[in-house]
Amino acid sequence: MGADLVLWHPGPVRDQTLTGVLLVVGVLGLATCFGWWRRRRDGRLRSVAPAAGAGTGPGAPQDAHRALLARLGARSGAVTLVQFSSAVCAPCRAARRVLEQVEAVVPGVVLVEVDAEQHLDAVRELDVWRTPTVLVVDPAGRVVLRASGVPVRDELVAAVAPLLAGADR
Amino acid sequence: MLLDPRGPRFAAAVTTVVLAAALITGSLALVLTQAVVFAVTAASPRLGPYALAYRALVAPRLDPPAEREPAAPVRFAQLVGLAFMLLAAVGHLAGLPALALTATAAALAAAFLNAAFDFCLGCEAYLALRRLTGRPVPARVPTGPA
Repeated sequence: MGADLVLWHPGPVRDQTLTGVLLVVGVLGLATCFGWWRRRRDGRLRSVAPAAGAGTGPGAPQDAHRALLARLGARSGAVTLVQFSSAVCAPCRAARRVLEQVEAVVPGVVLVEVDAEQHLDAVRELDVWRTPTVLVVDPAGRVVLRASGVPVRDELVAAVAPLLAGADR
Repeated sequence: MLLDPRGPRFAAAVTTVVLAAALITGSLALVLTQAVVFAVTAASPRLGPYALAYRALVAPRLDPPAEREPAAPVRFAQLVGLAFMLLAAVGHLAGLPALALTATAAALAAAFLNAAFDFCLGCEAYLALRRLTGRPVPARVPTGPA
């Protein structure tokens, strides 16, 4: 019985081990939740609503973005896919491939790849927080959709085609 | 330089096990070992100890890679890992167990996300950090006389 007491006495070594085990379990559990959440959201297209009451008129944010996007290479009259990339970004290559597939399937799509580090002003202005981020710019020069992460090809094709149909009319 | 992407993922899985062991045992030796591994892999991704193990033990049993990925993100991630290991070592040596535990736990989370979800935490945070630190010059300069 005395031996049991000694064995189960929580000494410094056991404390350390218990803390470590709890920490490992907690970290792996939280990371798993985060990983699942991220995987569900990653690369999904979100529509960009024009800011309330600021969508029209000179000096509206959309107009400021229009000039900035044109500087980056967005072509008016075409649908431009602007991809923000960086050197330390493994999925950027995959995103680039998806955009090239969209370009091949949908005629009239222009691709622009921007090195985020070289354009930190644009990164802030356009609220880009990670690479890859893809902005879909309509023929009028407005950002209508965006995705952070590698977009899904079919989702992107389905979203881009109607924008081009509008440009033809 | 291009890498078989499964190599870094295998390395992340080994790193996860080593860091979990470091947390449970509280061993400074494991922390230092992992720091050395991070440093070597950052300097030369193909010569990292876990990369060597991957090529010797795992790659021969797999098909050749369908695609290869650039080494820059991998090297950056190893540097982030190294920074956390150095913090953890400082925590151990300076008698700050909370610092050692926090730094090791953060590195464990990053390694696990890389291994299990192919998610590079350091790479993702890189642009956000650059955004916050690399301010445009005009923002620092007070506006001149009107």
